[in-house]
Amino acid sequence: MNFDFSEEQKLLQQTARDYLTEHGGLDVCRAVLESGGGYSAPLWKGAAEMGWLGAAVPESYGGAGFGRLELALLAQEVGRALAPIPFGSSVYLATEALLEFGSEDQKKRYLPRLASGECIGTFALAEGAGRSGLSGFATKLSGGALRGEKLPVSDAGIAGLAVVAATGDAGPELALVELDASGITVDAIDSIDPSRGLARVRFDGAPAEALERGRGEAALAHLLDRAAVLTAFEQIGGAERALEETKAFTLGRYAFGRPVASFQAIKHRLADLYAAIQLATSNAYYGAWALSTGDAELGTAACGARVAACEAFDLAGEEIIQMHGGVGFTWEYDCHLFYRRAKYLSLTLGTPGEWRERLITRLEQGA
Amino acid sequence: MDFNDTPEEAAFRKEAYDWLSANAEELAPGKKRRGSLTEADDALVRESKAWQAKKADARWACITWPEEFGGRGASSIQNVIFNQEEAKFDVPPNVFSIGQGMLAPTIMAHGTDEQKQKYIEPILRADQVWCQLFSEPAAGSDLAGLRTTAVKDGDDWIVNGQKIWTTGAHFSDYGMVVTRTDPTAKKHAGITYFIVDMKSPGIDIRPIHQINGSKDFNEVFFSDVRIPDANRVGAVNDGWRGAITTLMNERAAIGAGGGGGVGMADLLRLARETQWGDRPALEDASVRARIADFYWKLKGLEYTGYRALTSLSRGQTPGPENSIGKMVGAPLRQEMAAFAMELQGAAGATADPDVTFGRAGFQGAWLGAPGLRLAGGTDEILHNILAERVLGLPGEPRIDKDLAFQDVPTGGVR
Repeated sequence: MNFDFSEEQKLLQQTARDYLTEHGGLDVCRAVLESGGGYSAPLWKGAAEMGWLGAAVPESYGGAGFGRLELALLAQEVGRALAPIPFGSSVYLATEALLEFGSEDQKKRYLPRLASGECIGTFALAEGAGRSGLSGFATKLSGGALRGEKLPVSDAGIAGLAVVAATGDAGPELALVELDASGITVDAIDSIDPSRGLARVRFDGAPAEALERGRGEAALAHLLDRAAVLTAFEQIGGAERALEETKAFTLGRYAFGRPVASFQAIKHRLADLYAAIQLATSNAYYGAWALSTGDAELGTAACGARVAACEAFDLAGEEIIQMHGGVGFTWEYDCHLFYRRAKYLSLTLGTPGEWRERLITRLEQGA
Repeated sequence: MDFNDTPEEAAFRKEAYDWLSANAEELAPGKKRRGSLTEADDALVRESKAWQAKKADARWACITWPEEFGGRGASSIQNVIFNQEEAKFDVPPNVFSIGQGMLAPTIMAHGTDEQKQKYIEPILRADQVWCQLFSEPAAGSDLAGLRTTAVKDGDDWIVNGQKIWTTGAHFSDYGMVVTRTDPTAKKHAGITYFIVDMKSPGIDIRPIHQINGSKDFNEVFFSDVRIPDANRVGAVNDGWRGAITTLMNERAAIGAGGGGGVGMADLLRLARETQWGDRPALEDASVRARIADFYWKLKGLEYTGYRALTSLSRGQTPGPENSIGKMVGAPLRQEMAAFAMELQGAAGATADPDVTFGRAGFQGAWLGAPGLRLAGGTDEILHNILAERVLGLPGEPRIDKDLAFQDVPTGGVR
């Protein structure tokens, strides 16, 4: 039994944590949140230089040639820092889509630029309110042109490349679009987490190509599974940090003559939060194992990892404010950074409700 | 990251399997082992004793014990591997786990050489069954509030009081009992730990009738029971230390359990086979969402167990994450059982094995669930333990800490 990361992998994680402690404090997140710039360009450059953006990209395409286990631990650190960078959009989604479904030519064209951070990638799925599903998109890909509207699209304002879930001539397809091409309008939309930008993207016959093997519901589902596992690690990192911040505050804050953290009303809730994070971590580990080995259980494992991580980080985001009391509701305190990021992450890759439904569907199919 | 044995573990697994297959029948797939500790009768106890003796002869009983006590100094992961292999065979349940898992380690740590000589081997070979006499009607979560007294009389101690929740007292030869020997000392400082012969005059054992109909536990009354001073474990008034050793081993044993009761496969089958109007309940969105949540929580506990095994495999102590098992698992089982009953509608209120889905297994699990949430540390105590020992949060202020035990408020109960 070896259900854990290796010492080398943990060392890589520690290096990332050290780097982000120095260069990615919560003040960096707050600066983006308050300026509305969409991301921290210096931190993005740093992440590229550290080799994180191409962590799972083979060296022949300009990456570091690690695997998904390493990438998962990097995601956890990015989450811990609430790093205001388009890591998920570019790495778990655009890069993973190219690695899994791109032709040799497509990989050669885009992977080196994604790995170096020169080009930011993103993924466009939702088309307004409601559940997205895996097919029936109003956005159409036909004759090399894309038409339709996606809303919201994460990081579209800063991205150069988008993978778009569209309806092709024979069903759902993953389309590859360069966002500076003609026939594309990107309008920024206010986000519940302004440290992560959202936009409305209109395609009016924009030049696009299908990812070579990105056809059918299965391809889209597979991409979402991969991203769900990696995002789960990011969520767990954020939840762990929120628990630590809450613990430190309640230990230092005195009421009725003793630390607030000594009251069972607080202790038991923190114990529950800890348990939620552990359940999420164990599910995410299993997802990482399935992701890294290509095991057929990735489908159910990703669902478990996704729902558990959404539950844990959302709970952490709520509890950090509640346990700080009134100051937790002030703009100056960082609690709302967690509250916002948690909800942003649980809404933008298919809601927990969608993933619960997907899980049961898969259990039915497996039975 | 993988789920495989190391080469050494694989070799040990084969050695264990080879011995087991030469000495027991392998279970057919899907077939469960017989009986359990709590429902043991005389026949099962006899069978269990014979199997233990066979294992002891080949040094496959209590394998983590040091060789001088008849074990093989095995590691924790080897113990897990042996248990996994043994579970594949049709062997009687171990009704000696309290003596072997909790009490013998206490004697090894705190007993005299004479006590070790006299008691350890019979426990190993299961010649004797032991029980644990700790909890009292007014000392459960607050065990150190115990009031059973022991008063010195020559070379003996005279014990009076009542113990409760004693598993297997009715077929035990010996018990480990913690008593109050100095009520003028602070509560943890006036406790003494003894070995008691359960056939001693003055011991009265009465079964407890539980809400689920079972009688797994007993009340044990002590009326002027004489215990020789030679049976004292540790120094007079220093028994709390021994109690802690026993309890640490109890938590390790309970933590290693898990599973059982309400399973995901049963719940899915129920939801598929139960009609809600003109369609299976499993097609209802609210049912799907609830079952999905049960799934990831159960899997989360299972995979957390894998993480603990990984620590054991590396020769480390399982991390604090392992402490969530019972705290999360017990209320989860209750919630699942209640949900399964609700799926059945009014028929959920039936508990007739011949009528009710799954031979009324969910109803049985639901009636047993409150006990799981109380035994071996209540939900509330487990939250405290996790908050204090894992998260490092401070304890509640204690008003009984610096008082003589006799001055601790009791709400009038003495």
